[in-house]
Amino acid sequence: MESEFSKGIFKENPIFIILLGLCPTLAVSTQVVNALGMGAGVIFVLLGSEIFVSLLKDFIPERIRIPSFIVIIASFVTVVDLVMQAYAPSLSRNLGVFVQLIVVNCIILGRAEAFASKRKLGESLLDALGMGVGFTLGLLLISAIREILGSGTITLFAVGSFDGVILIPGLSSQPARVLALAPGALLVIGFLKAFFNWLEIRREARTGWALEKKPAAGVPAAGAPAPAGGAS
Amino acid sequence: MSYIGIIITFVFINNFILAQFLGLCPFIGVSRKTDSAVGMGFAVIFVMSMASLATWAVYRLILVPLNIEYLQTISFILIIAALVQLVEMVIMKISPPLYKALGIYLPLITTNCAVLGIALIAVRSDYNAMESFVAGIAAGIGFLLAIVVMSTIRERLDKEWVPKPFRGVPISFITAGLMALAFMAFDKALLKNLLG
Repeated sequence: MESEFSKGIFKENPIFIILLGLCPTLAVSTQVVNALGMGAGVIFVLLGSEIFVSLLKDFIPERIRIPSFIVIIASFVTVVDLVMQAYAPSLSRNLGVFVQLIVVNCIILGRAEAFASKRKLGESLLDALGMGVGFTLGLLLISAIREILGSGTITLFAVGSFDGVILIPGLSSQPARVLALAPGALLVIGFLKAFFNWLEIRREARTGWALEKKPAAGVPAAGAPAPAGGAS
Repeated sequence: MSYIGIIITFVFINNFILAQFLGLCPFIGVSRKTDSAVGMGFAVIFVMSMASLATWAVYRLILVPLNIEYLQTISFILIIAALVQLVEMVIMKISPPLYKALGIYLPLITTNCAVLGIALIAVRSDYNAMESFVAGIAAGIGFLLAIVVMSTIRERLDKEWVPKPFRGVPISFITAGLMALAFMAFDKALLKNLLG
């Protein structure tokens, strides 16, 4: 049960490994606070829709399942959008149209179709939490890199006298502005993906590549002691 | 804003892929070969122009008079899904060759952020029917432009040696980043100079 949660964070991290749900991640990744807000929204929608899909899976006819899933997801997105407009208007302005665009985020429909429509409620809940947290961490990483290097600041929520902006000495006067602009997002995600590939290649070279993607996703390392092959 | 202004804005300044990151999945997924990139691009132009017109009509003629604007996300996504199905059936009946060229791309477009994106942006910008339609076509042309340029670069890139960790998706993103850098030359100041 525990692995249903942790696989979303490490093994199948939605952003870097599955590479789904890119559209909303890049456009709002200019400030750390946006990433937190977007992450919270996505976690809520994932949780809500996976719970509903998992509960309703026996009542939804096979042929109209995708439209039904989309309606369920869109309802939760509407809830997030209205709540954000009411209680966090500045965040809602920052995220703009991208809150509503959570509805077409491939992660959510993908998880509803591939996981929640086949599993029990408990498993779906953990899967949703894991995927949501993994998504948030990935988005946080991208926006932290972009904001720290691109603006020399870290923007968090304003609390009391603290306005929520942390200045980074040395960087805030002369930041690498291109990273905060549109091209920066594409470059950062490209280099991050290459970095994760490099880690993977190194790990494979160390452990011998019989390990490579053999254990099916979600199955704990039972099949891990792979036949000794190309150990280098 | 004038029609020319809308066209320049959506094709160059706010290019959906390179400035707004809408529709990145098909951009990375279908840009391997120029033929399929062109097919995808035209399918997107077609669906986007239709979708922005249809969602405008539903928003102005149904949601606003009934005071239920909060249903826009749900209704727009359903309209787009239904529209794509309809377009697919109509093309299949009327023009089998066109269906052969575009058919496989149409289902992919339903969950394309770009189509829902243009519908929502047109509503937020208070465009009228014609402006929404033009914005839809222009955003589609911007998509076509970006994906075709990208596919020609990737066809060349296939023949080059790329460091192993960068092969495939990472180098595509970095290429797209460099394209976005070039597109930064198109900004609001350019629009002002052009239109006075």
